[in-house]
Amino acid sequence: MQDPVIPYNILVKNFKKDSSGFKTLKIAVMADFASQHYAKALQSALILHRLSGYIWEADYNSIEATIINQDSELYQQHFDYIIIIPSVHKLNKRFSHSAQKSKFADDTINQISDLISLLLSRSSARIILTNFQELNDGIFGNYSNKTDQSFLYHIRRINVELMTLAIKQPNLFIADAQNLFSNFGMTQAFDAKLFIHGDIIYSLDFLAALAQNTSGIIASIQGDIKKCIVLDLDNTLWGGVIGDDGIENIQIGDLGIGKAFSMLQNWLYDLKNRGIILAVCSKNTESVAKEVFEKHPGMTLRLNDISVFVANWETKVDNILFIQSVLNIGFDSMVFLDDNPFEREIVKKHIPGIEVPDLPEDPSEYVWYLRSLNLFETASFSGEDLMRTKQYQEEATRLEFQKLFTNERDFLASLDMKAVIKPVDNFNCPRIAQLTQRSNQFNLRTIRYTDEDIKRIMHDPDYKSLTVTLEDKYGDYGLISAVILRLLSSSELFIDTWIMSCRVLKRGVELCLLNEMVTLGLESGYKFLVGEYIPTPKNGMVKNHYEQLGFRPDSDGRYYLELTNFNYKDTVIHKSGKYVNS
Amino acid sequence: MLTVKEVLTQAKEVFKDTLDNDKIELTPETTADDIEEWDSLSHIQLIVALEKHFKIKFTTAEITSYKNVGQMAESISRKLS
Repeated sequence: MQDPVIPYNILVKNFKKDSSGFKTLKIAVMADFASQHYAKALQSALILHRLSGYIWEADYNSIEATIINQDSELYQQHFDYIIIIPSVHKLNKRFSHSAQKSKFADDTINQISDLISLLLSRSSARIILTNFQELNDGIFGNYSNKTDQSFLYHIRRINVELMTLAIKQPNLFIADAQNLFSNFGMTQAFDAKLFIHGDIIYSLDFLAALAQNTSGIIASIQGDIKKCIVLDLDNTLWGGVIGDDGIENIQIGDLGIGKAFSMLQNWLYDLKNRGIILAVCSKNTESVAKEVFEKHPGMTLRLNDISVFVANWETKVDNILFIQSVLNIGFDSMVFLDDNPFEREIVKKHIPGIEVPDLPEDPSEYVWYLRSLNLFETASFSGEDLMRTKQYQEEATRLEFQKLFTNERDFLASLDMKAVIKPVDNFNCPRIAQLTQRSNQFNLRTIRYTDEDIKRIMHDPDYKSLTVTLEDKYGDYGLISAVILRLLSSSELFIDTWIMSCRVLKRGVELCLLNEMVTLGLESGYKFLVGEYIPTPKNGMVKNHYEQLGFRPDSDGRYYLELTNFNYKDTVIHKSGKYVNS
Repeated sequence: MLTVKEVLTQAKEVFKDTLDNDKIELTPETTADDIEEWDSLSHIQLIVALEKHFKIKFTTAEITSYKNVGQMAESISRKLS
């Protein structure tokens, strides 16, 4: 099996690559070992995500001092991310010297928790903290598991408590260094010689893996996430060729190689439940392919797990283009799984950006390989994720229904859409944050917010917000659009964020929302709405958004809409909730 | 079994690759002062790359004791014999 983690010497070849067109992120790195190699690897790994890192390293071995000192460089610059890497060796040293060993985990976690709280109160950066490798120090052997006097007992407790802390602190993310360590093994993760020679502690390849891991977290917060898996069927989802072998002879279930395909299906099922959309793209007769999902007792995946099902004799490229058009997501958020290297190459060549893992030849390795790629890093998880598959299935039904209408407005009116429009509250806060992270196309300024940021905005009197939850006769779209407004002056409201899920394009939601913004503005005595468009490679669809809505472009690059004399837009969306002015 | 000269020839390729410089020439007398990209940071990288290439391990004492590339090549050659 190929190793998906890039070794240090190869990774850092990206270091010198031109990253001038990429978004620049300011990143602080704090470690209690010599971190220069890590910083170089991080910069290189970010380039692979089309990000450019401006990295500042805190003084060697000064994590606590840097956080406590309010005049430190850490707070002078506005960092987007602060990465903290405490090493297990230094932890071990403190443990050795600790007088009350049984309280070590509690003391340590309290100390970390206090430092993180202090840091969060002084900085709006996202914090990425590594957990600790479960190092067996050889003092107690397996008895480590039977006494609170062992180091292992305390590392494990600290790691669990770090997870609890990260659940409580929305801007704190944990990089699972322990998980990387278990993949590497002790002898590969540590380099005894480098520790003595330069206090580097970890092997260069482990630092490279850690850099790739942390850059993956950063990329996911920046919105670089996978949303959909497009699946081939024959020899990918089951063994054999359904058209030739027939439903009785394909391999799936508990026997022989069928077990490998069942493992893959279970894994895909779990991903679906986490909010990853599954689509099928297969060269087959549709009814024959669907029959397996309907009737085969060994199948974990059923038709209602699949959002878009395409089985025909067109090319895979054409079919993936079709799937993309139904889902309205970027190609770079799609993963294509196919056992056939030939099909994979064609798809890679014709659909730039799509992720096409080179599945191992032996199906027994499929799941192991896919797990190791860590393709599904995410920065959020909310109730909306659980509904996603159903929502896309409803969308497919709508598309069928739309064919019956020649007039767009008649079609929209027939949907019987109802919107609830209200400000951000404690309940929808995580979803708003997620929407700012996931929306790439209908996103006017592409500012990414975490739960923590949204909560702050919610309580800040200088901000106003509106969110839209939509449903129609086919189902519930959930919360699909939001605006965040910032007071610029006594007469101007600035549209800091305007985002919408592409599932509801061309439904008139933006018109509805504009009407609400105008009403909100007028009620609070403002004269102008001020909009701004910040171009990214992906948000071209809203380039003329403000002009189309009647905003007037000004020489400062912004767009102005006078609120008095505004002609309210005609929409077919019924409002079923009056907003409460926050 | 490799001679010191053979080690030097192979090591040159490792140096070129690691330091990203195709013009590097290695003689037994070469030291870090002769190669611009060879600093304390890339020194570590070189050590690891050489260990991987020759499938050997340096000791902690060795990596600070070599006076020049020649001494290092001799040491590698000995380890391989």
